[in-house]
Amino acid sequence: MMELLQSLENFGQDLLGPVWLPLWTLVKILVIVLPIMGTVAYLTLAERKILGFMQVRPGPNRVGFWGLLQPIADGVKLLLKEIIIPSSANKFLFVAAPVLALAPALAAWAVVPFGDGLAVSNVNAGLLYILAMTSLGVYGVIIAGWASNSKYAFLGALRSVAQIVSYELAMGFALVCVLLAAQSMNMGDIVRGQQNGIAMFGFKLTGIFGWYLIPLFPMFVVYFIAGVAETNRAPFDLAEDEATIVAGFHTEYSGMGFALFFLAEYANMILIAALASVMFLGGWLNPFHGWPVLGALTDIVPGLFWMLGKMSFMLLLFLWFRATFPRYRYDQLMRLGWKVFIPLTLVWVVMVAAWMQTPLWLW
Amino acid sequence: MKKLVNFFKSFLLLELLKGMSVTGKYFFAPHVTVQYPDEKTPQGFRFRGLHAQRRYPNGEERCIGCKLCEAVCPALAIKIEVAEREDGTRRTTQYDIDLTKCIFCGFCEESCPVDAIVETRVFEYHGEKRGDLYYTKDMLLANGDKYEEQIAKDRAADAKYR
Repeated sequence: MMELLQSLENFGQDLLGPVWLPLWTLVKILVIVLPIMGTVAYLTLAERKILGFMQVRPGPNRVGFWGLLQPIADGVKLLLKEIIIPSSANKFLFVAAPVLALAPALAAWAVVPFGDGLAVSNVNAGLLYILAMTSLGVYGVIIAGWASNSKYAFLGALRSVAQIVSYELAMGFALVCVLLAAQSMNMGDIVRGQQNGIAMFGFKLTGIFGWYLIPLFPMFVVYFIAGVAETNRAPFDLAEDEATIVAGFHTEYSGMGFALFFLAEYANMILIAALASVMFLGGWLNPFHGWPVLGALTDIVPGLFWMLGKMSFMLLLFLWFRATFPRYRYDQLMRLGWKVFIPLTLVWVVMVAAWMQTPLWLW
Repeated sequence: MKKLVNFFKSFLLLELLKGMSVTGKYFFAPHVTVQYPDEKTPQGFRFRGLHAQRRYPNGEERCIGCKLCEAVCPALAIKIEVAEREDGTRRTTQYDIDLTKCIFCGFCEESCPVDAIVETRVFEYHGEKRGDLYYTKDMLLANGDKYEEQIAKDRAADAKYR
């Protein structure tokens, strides 16, 4: 597959010369962004179905077979709805905020590798780039809350921003552990660091044993919980706590404005799932690689499918959490972030760094 | 010691995993949803739906205009006017039930000495104007004629409990 892509690139280069590079990049961007939009649409259906199943009801099943056309009906509805701009809102910022929320959520995908070398751009500081992009999403939220000129939106934005900023720290520290283990900030190299497996007592353990999930398991848990908090998902969805502040920062948005926030939230969810797969679950690697029988049987599955499978599993966890846990209280949320996660991650960063200096570090 | 145990319990997220196992189990449980227009739940013979006025088998209307139902109606939904018919019997000239007021308590049915006013099993009716839900004597009698078979069967089923 890589050779095919390479030959296609060379062919275009010969044909179009300097025009080719932007064009080829645009094609690559579209190949990433369009499936993300489709996944977001069907993730909403999956969410409603899974929540329904866990609540012993079938979920949406009226539009199309098994409700499969529901996201399209929802999309059409949101597109056709009137966009209402409150008279006292700051119009420019009010319109700009959804764009500011969605753009970084999509931009972060540039460095996510879907297979060996299958990324829009192979940036050496990929991890930093991702941290920067996910942090930028906060501006969309805070501008939306401020520009709406509504108390619910404002309170929601305040909560959301405080939450995202606090959990960013824990998440960053969790990723520092990965960075230490991989000794690289390049997303591709992080995955490649997990493919060799470990040698223990003369045995060679490969596949799943080589993943950073094993030595950094607590960091994986912290990273994922912080990721749920970062995306303002249940049980940390205080920013849109309908019981107290109506719908939080997007209270005043309707039609496409609301749809963009929705897209951004779900694109962020998928991004967190993709990052968890890359950092801890070996990205495109086969979990059974090198195992007797099972390894040989599963090695024919392309890396892209392993990556997508791992992402789907992490997304299932997002929805499962939402079906299971009640919403946190705000002070509990802050306590968990500052008094549990940050000390825990700080200790683990030091521990991993020390561990790596000993012969006991096998990864 | 207990404090330590509790610390590890919450630190290892055991309660959360237990909760997730419950929802995970219910994921595979059969659904309890009744897909209403396609499927319907069973009805009892005491179901209290749309009202009807019954007739005797010879076609004579049962209602004698005693106004007990009007008196007992807690929602004041029934309006009755009475006059003497040519043959000397006491009959209603007006018998209206305003279904927008009615609370379907069934007291009218209970109070009726001749089983004239009854509530049928019909619940899927509608009015497109407010006036459509103001049922007059003719409409109630028509309902009675239409559903008499079911009404008689339900009264017979209920009789042994009275």
